[in-house]
Amino acid sequence: MGVEMLGYIERPSPVHRLTGTTKLIGFLLWTTATMFTYDTRVLLLLGLASIGLFLVSRIRFREVRFVLVFTALFVLINAFAVYLFEPEQGVVIYGTRHVLWEGIGRFTLTAEQLFYLFNLILKYSVIVPVAVLFLVTTHPTEFASSLNRIGVPYKVAFAVSLALRYIPDVQQDFRTIADAQEARGVTVTHGPLLKRAKHSLNILLPLLFTSLERIETVSNAMDLRGFGAERKRTWYNQRPMTRADYLAIGLVLLLTIFSFSVTFYDGSRFYNPF
Amino acid sequence: MNTFTTKQIVATGVGAAVFIILSRFAAIPTGVPNTSIETSYAFLAFMAILFGPVTAGLIGLIGHALKDAILYGSPWWSWVIVSGFVGFGIGLVARRINIEAGGLTTKGILLFNATQAIVQAIGWILIAPVLDILIYAEPANKVFVQGAVAATSNILTVGVIGTLLLVAYANTRSKAGSLKREA
Amino acid sequence: MTIQFNRFSFTYRSQSEPTLRDINLTIEEGERVLIVGPSGSGKSTLAQCINGLIPFSYPGTWEGDVLINGIDARTLSLFDRSALIGTVLQDPDTQFIGLSVGEDIAFALENKQIARPEMHDTVERVARLTDVAHLLTHRLNDLSGGQRQRAALGGVLVEDANILLFDEPLANLDPLAGSEAMALLDRLQRETKRTLVVVEHRIEDVLSVPFDRMIVVVDGEIVADGHPDDVLSDGSLTRAFLREPLYLSAARWADISIRPDDKPSQPEAFLDRFERQPIVSRLTTQTLPVPSEASPSLELDHVSFRYQTDETVLEEVSMRCEIGTLTTLVGQNGAGKSTLAKVLSGYQRVTSGQIRLNGTDVTKQSIAERATRIGFVLQNPNHMISKQTVREEVRYGMQALALDADEEERRLEETLRRCGLYPFRNWPIQALSFGQKKRVTIASILVRQPDVLILDEPTAGQDYRHYSEMMDFLERLKQDGMTLLIITHDMHLVLEYSDQVCLLQAGRIRYAGEPFALFAQESLLRHAHLKQTSLFTVAQHLDIEVQPFLHSVIQAERKERSQWE
Repeated sequence: MGVEMLGYIERPSPVHRLTGTTKLIGFLLWTTATMFTYDTRVLLLLGLASIGLFLVSRIRFREVRFVLVFTALFVLINAFAVYLFEPEQGVVIYGTRHVLWEGIGRFTLTAEQLFYLFNLILKYSVIVPVAVLFLVTTHPTEFASSLNRIGVPYKVAFAVSLALRYIPDVQQDFRTIADAQEARGVTVTHGPLLKRAKHSLNILLPLLFTSLERIETVSNAMDLRGFGAERKRTWYNQRPMTRADYLAIGLVLLLTIFSFSVTFYDGSRFYNPF
Repeated sequence: MNTFTTKQIVATGVGAAVFIILSRFAAIPTGVPNTSIETSYAFLAFMAILFGPVTAGLIGLIGHALKDAILYGSPWWSWVIVSGFVGFGIGLVARRINIEAGGLTTKGILLFNATQAIVQAIGWILIAPVLDILIYAEPANKVFVQGAVAATSNILTVGVIGTLLLVAYANTRSKAGSLKREA
Repeated sequence: MTIQFNRFSFTYRSQSEPTLRDINLTIEEGERVLIVGPSGSGKSTLAQCINGLIPFSYPGTWEGDVLINGIDARTLSLFDRSALIGTVLQDPDTQFIGLSVGEDIAFALENKQIARPEMHDTVERVARLTDVAHLLTHRLNDLSGGQRQRAALGGVLVEDANILLFDEPLANLDPLAGSEAMALLDRLQRETKRTLVVVEHRIEDVLSVPFDRMIVVVDGEIVADGHPDDVLSDGSLTRAFLREPLYLSAARWADISIRPDDKPSQPEAFLDRFERQPIVSRLTTQTLPVPSEASPSLELDHVSFRYQTDETVLEEVSMRCEIGTLTTLVGQNGAGKSTLAKVLSGYQRVTSGQIRLNGTDVTKQSIAERATRIGFVLQNPNHMISKQTVREEVRYGMQALALDADEEERRLEETLRRCGLYPFRNWPIQALSFGQKKRVTIASILVRQPDVLILDEPTAGQDYRHYSEMMDFLERLKQDGMTLLIITHDMHLVLEYSDQVCLLQAGRIRYAGEPFALFAQESLLRHAHLKQTSLFTVAQHLDIEVQPFLHSVIQAERKERSQWE
């Protein structure tokens, strides 16, 4: 189909050997830390650490390049949009105003704005390597049990596993249905907007009915094999936690605590060099 | 949690998969930058009426988070939460519309649309921008404009395509016994 | 463990008439029971009453009793029953819930909260039993049809259920995988002495292993219940419009009486009833179709295809189909049959090579252009249907042609009549049977008046009556000058209906030509997962020529079918 999607990449590395649970906890802590902080020093530290992790995992850059390039593009466009809407947001945040260039009309250029945009880009970027890493080093079969182990009810966790299981099937259905429509001269890829919207219904309906049928047979199959009667369940693909796992969680926890304390030490999320 | 039936769990999983595929392959660009007709929300609204708030809320959350993760590397949590909220909110009127038993009345269609419009307005114009400001300290006017555009586009999409999906589904529930062969 | 139905009737909540009526049936521990019946007869409903989907997933009115080991079945939850009765559903793909074979086999154990070490032991033991031990980490898409079936079986066996219930286990398998699946069931039942209940309408294939009992269900009632030898001799199958094993059709054609003592359920034993001389004298000499001078309709010239990254799926495929002929395309799952159909109908672009239609190169045409000339009917009608009534759907097929209203109306009516859909033209499609839905999808293609019609398994999952209706319909199309290409696993279909057969294996054409000659090449057949039908066995046993023999039996069958109303 020629559509690149992120998926598990097999590799002998320490990151791969960690259990899914560890990686999930690490990913969530890391996300939380970057979500709260706007402190340049913390962001730089987290950024460096994530690049380090990337190297350890032996995942090659080109294997995930499409996602990184896409995200970089998105982050830059977003930063540009922020500038267009509010050229002096940085001034508001940092409280000083060092004009570098008066510019045209409201579009001035200040050191504060540049620094704010730099932080914004950094903040968006720091999370990506870790998130990508989490995805490509965790086998999908470990997702559900990991979610369950950190407290997500098993039925919800299992729904995540089902989603991963059926993405390829639904994609296949979609492709077949769209092709059958195209064979009738109905396409959603070009033409006037309203027409495309109308045509999309001709794909949505067959996909809907096919999916409803699938839901029915799959839930029958699960019922017949005793799903859902007990309050808990065990997991075939769960791996026992090892010392390395506890160590890794400890490290990420320390990093998180550190980043929180640096961030909120002076009562502001922002590091202000001005 | 024990009232969460197997069928609802499967609907959550398969629904999330459909949500992902639709957002990836069936979004129609409108020409306005970063805005497209997201047919996935029409589907989400449909599932909300068919399976109720918990299932649809989870489809929104899981579907959106996995979509972001698989395609862009990292979930965009502020918008993921809104997708969950939209599914859950529309699902709240599922019982009153009761499409399985009662079919779809004009009143049902109005209720569905009023609900989806209110829920999406709150989600896209209030929750998403506020989260963006809190998490990313983005400028208020930017995120509110973004939210307003998303709200308009998604309310229209659900209003037109979502309603048509419900009507088509309700039509299939008609009794086979009432049919006669014609010469 | 026994299953007992006493004066049992069941009506689905959405229906006014009972689907099962006054069923009295006792299945004893360790018995092997085969339940057969035409589509819609209620045989699957019967299975659902045993495994508990009725009444737990499909509620309705329940009269009389179903007792499992003497316990009222309604008091046993689905969870309780899953420990007693293991069900393998029709489509192993939907039954495959896990992300890997190991995880899928473990599914029931996970639900029972079995600890991980014990679970892994059990999974490995069962995987060895069903011969998937080397596949535990594989995902569904890496498996062949037969492997999927064996994985599904493993997932049921882990529970040690005493009763194994199979709903049409052969529906998705190629002939060889089908006989392997039956052999595995046979061995498992012998080793474990479990009760085996199989619901199927491919009777000849199922009976490749012995059964103790055969039950025929028609219109919700049991019309025959006895040893397969008795049921096969008393004519119940033909009365129920079911296909009896082919060697029995041959016997009836030869006026050989079928008695229980002749063991008609065992082809090897029954063979002795055939005598050479009377049969030879009956053979009608068939006028072999003269190699036609007809002009080629569809030609493929060294067509290759590969997906962007994967290895080649089609390799240098060359073939030609003449106007007004029917070509069948056979080969095991994954050999490239569907891909070839997609390449021909323009769904996929060829990587190299040329496709010609009536002498014109159409390789470069867009899918929409190509599709008006070469129509492709997908296997699953739900993938094609996007309108709500029959009429709308068929009309929708013409929407890109920009015909004037009169012409559109004319074609619509003509096509609806031709496809036997005219009486149903205003019906919602969801109210139609599977076979009728399939016809709607064919109609929506025919209405565009294509030159070539490609069908992906048009008869899959259909009983004998619907199968014959479909094939007779396609044969009429052929006589009207349509060029047909049909993907199928049904060897008898190939022999009865096709002018040419193409065997595809690993993306290459291994045989293209006259059907009978293909079946003479046994090693080729085996490699391609195909099998000779039992008529070949009879012919070889008698040392007579296959072709006139088959032809005579087929003619006799057709005559019989023409008397069906």
